[in-house]
Amino acid sequence: MQQPPDAAQQKHIVEIRNVSFGYDAARPVLRDVTLSIPRGAVVGIMGQSGCGKTTLLRIIMGAYLPTSGTARVLGRSTAELDRAGLYAMRRKMGMLFQFGALFTDMTVFQNVAFPLREHTSLPHDLIHDLVMLKLHAVGLRGASRLMPTALSGGMARRVALARSIALDPQLMLYDEPFTGLDPISFGVIVRLIRELNDSLGATSLIVTHDVQEALGVVDYVYFMAAGRVIAQGTPDQIRASDEPFVNQFVNGKSEGPVPFHYPAPEYDTDLELAAS
Amino acid sequence: MPIAALRARLERLGGTVTSHVWRLGFASRFLFYLVVHSGTALRRFRLTIAEVYFAGVLSLVIILVSGLFVGMVLALQGYETLQRFGASESLGVLVALSLVRELGPVVAGLLFASRAGSAITAEIGLMKATEQISAMEMMAVDPIARVVAPRFWGGVLSMPLLAALFSAMGIFGGYLIGVQLIGVDAGAFWSQMQAAVDWNKDILNGVIKSVVFGVAVTWIAVFEGYDATPTAEGVSRATTRTVVTSSLAILALDFILTALMFTGGNGK
Repeated sequence: MQQPPDAAQQKHIVEIRNVSFGYDAARPVLRDVTLSIPRGAVVGIMGQSGCGKTTLLRIIMGAYLPTSGTARVLGRSTAELDRAGLYAMRRKMGMLFQFGALFTDMTVFQNVAFPLREHTSLPHDLIHDLVMLKLHAVGLRGASRLMPTALSGGMARRVALARSIALDPQLMLYDEPFTGLDPISFGVIVRLIRELNDSLGATSLIVTHDVQEALGVVDYVYFMAAGRVIAQGTPDQIRASDEPFVNQFVNGKSEGPVPFHYPAPEYDTDLELAAS
Repeated sequence: MPIAALRARLERLGGTVTSHVWRLGFASRFLFYLVVHSGTALRRFRLTIAEVYFAGVLSLVIILVSGLFVGMVLALQGYETLQRFGASESLGVLVALSLVRELGPVVAGLLFASRAGSAITAEIGLMKATEQISAMEMMAVDPIARVVAPRFWGGVLSMPLLAALFSAMGIFGGYLIGVQLIGVDAGAFWSQMQAAVDWNKDILNGVIKSVVFGVAVTWIAVFEGYDATPTAEGVSRATTRTVVTSSLAILALDFILTALMFTGGNGK
């Protein structure tokens, strides 16, 4: 049986080739998406809400399988993996959910210790030290005894970040990491994403619609619209792009390829002015 | 068009039946998967013990108070009827048999569905709505093994214990009213009860009922929570469905079990 290539030797940690996907046949969400994420980079996938970027993230996680095309993550095609294989792959990945998704019945310490306790048989003292290391890295060692309800949104995001790096992942996924953060928390999260990526030797994928914020932290950007990749490049190339959609999105213009108005009948018709 | 309307109505009926059958099949597969993946809940038994605390210990107040009042009311009503036939000393038998055969498992089951079943559904549903279940999946931890199975077994273990406590408390309530208040002879009350209540026919059958109700209620509760639409409204609907479906299931199962256990014998 042919062995899969060693993921550590591959240049790209994620390779998406001609992937299409739809929750039902009538409404495709992703159309022929091709992208690669090089090892060690911080890559952003940007686009407006509903453009398919979260679905793409779920395909990379292996939560959905592509309708057509292939998704290779850490050297393995997700379509070839059974449940055990998928879980083995996910142990090498970390994910930061939009609002943290902390376990509300556990303390901060127990949340960060959770993956260590589930996947290792390390002694209690060592788990304690590892959790404190991770919490120290996100600046919340002093909050280890707090319950998630006692944390601000930014603190919860940082605890979730500590939890997601507990097993030193090779690939970090961030789902809208900047949503709802105050400027200080935002700055902290941006710094942590970069620092953790570089210090862990990991690769990071940020899915976001906060373009200006994300352009400051990523090395490379894929822009998506209506389920397709419509532009890609470094942050400087994206800022200088003359692609109308990218231009509208980066500069936050209300008019452009994405109309301000949701499709509707003629204004006169809705106001019943035609007869009068 | 009457034929078109009839056809549309039949199609709707067919759709409803099909979706219910599909859902029952899905719930059965869910139960099978849950039982097969119960290794974590049994190996790390403290996870299950914690759920026994949440489902069982925290339900004690409502179970004990309800049991006491049901027993007291049984004694009042029973004495009223029995004294007409000069059989008031059989009050203990009436109270005990009513409780261990029927009211203990059934009323404790209904209270368990309202108190613990709804809490289990709401908790799992909210974990789903706040992406805690997805986070667990993403951490390569099977949420059915880690979250659902301990709650299921915790509920299954709690239910017979709660039903037994309900019956015990009810008998005590019957004693308070029958012996202490009305003045039925204490010796007759206890000795007739001891002579008439059979271990296999009455106690064991009652325990079997409470185990079956425990499986049914907890299965419905965990399934509804796991299958809930991950929104506030979805969790609310799932919680309501848990209480309604498990209450109806208890009553239907009670009828079937009673028919199997207590008919065709000596009527004991």
